[in-house]
Amino acid sequence: MTAPYDLDDNSVVVIIGTGAGGGTLANELAQKGIDVVALEAGGRHLPQDYINDEWPSFSQLAWTDMRTTSGSWRVAKDFANLPAWIVKAVGGSTVHWAGASLRIQDHEFRAKTHYGEVAGASLQDWPLTLKDLEPYYDKAEDKMGVTRTNGIPGLPGNNNFKVMKAGADKLGYKNCHTGRMAINSQPRHDRASCRQLGFCFQGCKMGAKWSTAYTEIPMGEATGHLEVREHAHVLTIEHDAAGKVSGVLYQDKDGNQHVQKARAVCVAGNSIESPRLLLNSASSMFPDGLGNSSGQVGKNYMRHMTGSVYASFEKPVHMYRGTTMAGIITDESKHDPSRGFVGGYEMETLSIGIPFMAAFLNPGGWGREFSATMDSYENLAGMWLVGEDMPQESNAITLSDEKDQFGLAAANVHFDDHPNDIAMRNHAYKQGMAVYDAVGATQTHPTPPYPSTHNLGTNRMSAKASDGVVNKFGQSHDIANLFVSDGSQFTTGAAENPTLTIVTLAIRQADYIAEQMTSKAI
Amino acid sequence: MTVNAGEYTLNFVKTQSGNELVKLTRRQLLQRGLVVGSGLVLGSGFIAGSNAAWALEVKSLTPQTMATLVQMARDIYPHDSFGDDLYAAAVKSHDDTAASDAEFKTMIENGVAQLNSLAKAEGHVDYVSTGWEIDRTNILKSIESEPFFQTIRGGLVVGLYNQPAVWDKLGYEGASFEKGGYLERGFDDIDWL
Repeated sequence: MTAPYDLDDNSVVVIIGTGAGGGTLANELAQKGIDVVALEAGGRHLPQDYINDEWPSFSQLAWTDMRTTSGSWRVAKDFANLPAWIVKAVGGSTVHWAGASLRIQDHEFRAKTHYGEVAGASLQDWPLTLKDLEPYYDKAEDKMGVTRTNGIPGLPGNNNFKVMKAGADKLGYKNCHTGRMAINSQPRHDRASCRQLGFCFQGCKMGAKWSTAYTEIPMGEATGHLEVREHAHVLTIEHDAAGKVSGVLYQDKDGNQHVQKARAVCVAGNSIESPRLLLNSASSMFPDGLGNSSGQVGKNYMRHMTGSVYASFEKPVHMYRGTTMAGIITDESKHDPSRGFVGGYEMETLSIGIPFMAAFLNPGGWGREFSATMDSYENLAGMWLVGEDMPQESNAITLSDEKDQFGLAAANVHFDDHPNDIAMRNHAYKQGMAVYDAVGATQTHPTPPYPSTHNLGTNRMSAKASDGVVNKFGQSHDIANLFVSDGSQFTTGAAENPTLTIVTLAIRQADYIAEQMTSKAI
Repeated sequence: MTVNAGEYTLNFVKTQSGNELVKLTRRQLLQRGLVVGSGLVLGSGFIAGSNAAWALEVKSLTPQTMATLVQMARDIYPHDSFGDDLYAAAVKSHDDTAASDAEFKTMIENGVAQLNSLAKAEGHVDYVSTGWEIDRTNILKSIESEPFFQTIRGGLVVGLYNQPAVWDKLGYEGASFEKGGYLERGFDDIDWL
């Protein structure tokens, strides 16, 4: 059959979400001739629509449906209804990601074995290894056009990178370069090369940055085996009397509700919406939600240890010119417990414009100290610190007392830092400030974490069904034709930006789903 | 747009932030208005800069209240290179909200009255004529957890810093796509490292 598909067509694979996981999976399945209906809560925005202006772009792209927060993290106080900064649009958060594409390190897949028991942490080893993923990482890097792989040159360094590099050299760091970025440094795969616009977070108007919105999705649609329904907000997943998922209930933009029948359902709504959807799909057969016999759906929420350091200098930097994430120091991403914590972190340049700097520099702050930093904006350099945070069962997505616009329980996001996260952040702040002090910073500004962009772990993969939600292929331990296809599968967070691994897992999962369908296992 | 404010027709001009400010002569201003402690001119239904470079129509709040909000805005995010017009544009929306929300209007007017009584208790005439910034910020510190302060401060984060005129002042160049990005416009031009 070719797209479009009937609501009653129960031969299709339904994918919920079109970001790094869902968008990639949709194309990979369609390339194999498997019929796919992808349901996307947001609309379709393409490079010509993206806006080089932070607040209007936020209004265009961000997921701003009702959510609540709890816990001791500062985001719960400063951004009580915005725990995460992620996208509601075709392409999901690949529209606004920065493009950093790093493989998870071998030892990070074996976090529990390698780090040992960490009090208060629900650490586990992944049920797969780097070796298992390497062939798929290769495919993902080629697909995405990651610089410094496949013979693709690195991007040129902008001013913000040059400041970082000079500081890294003075400090004796050995591994500082312009990153492995899914941003074209030369034209590739019918997409232009980067013209150093800045505004990577606002959607790449050059189309130089890889996003499923204008790569995987149209490629899948061109096969005739992929139908993407925009503004189709999935409310619940339905199942039959045998306990297999049978379809999904969604609401279209006119407020009409439909059930799309399905042979299999793949959930890829990011780590807040995916567990919420499973929890909201509770039934008399599955009173705790779908796929939740372990009680682990929504648990072990991770958001990476993050923070930023901005530094003021005597002379201009113009950090906002050029790619937002323009370079990286990887020396601290090793596991070296002599630093006082397990796991590691990356240091990546970051810049934000005046509108977001005002909102994120020191939320709630005011007075001359605040405005003096804003006055020095032209002379600021900046970096983001991103490292492995500890999974904790009490950090969780649960159903809130608040309702969303459809009358369904909204997600509550509860988070407390683990002592390991705090120790790592303090170390990262110290090192980040040292990088800038080494090249003459006049002031340094350790800036608190922003609303989460890396949301992970809430449907984690595990070897044993009692320890997690899905197996090593993202297949529900409980329901064979239910899959999780986004970062919520991550068993642990690792130090690296997660998108490359989400794409890698989706390519691998597509092979597995095809095999399962061929063998009639699902 | 134009409005009739008493005996003068004020010609309002749209600023980059979309807020309506007005130009009128200093002579017109001094005939119409009353210079207050902060250097602003208050008239019937408007406030204006004493240099006559701009004026802001006030519909719902009193001109005295709006002038106090302008001073308060400067004290919360003090940028000595910013004219009052940028702060006036940043707080103007509170007048619009007050027009349709009586409870909000009461909160703002009461908040300003509280600032003035705190200033009086310290021996000043009112908030805007309290001479030193540190004395005004001490007054603000004493109310910083209250909804009035948080409403004004929170509104400024976007109201002040999302103005292109403010970006110009702070050296942020804004949208770049239309100009071909920064590839040939200084993305790597740093020369002091």
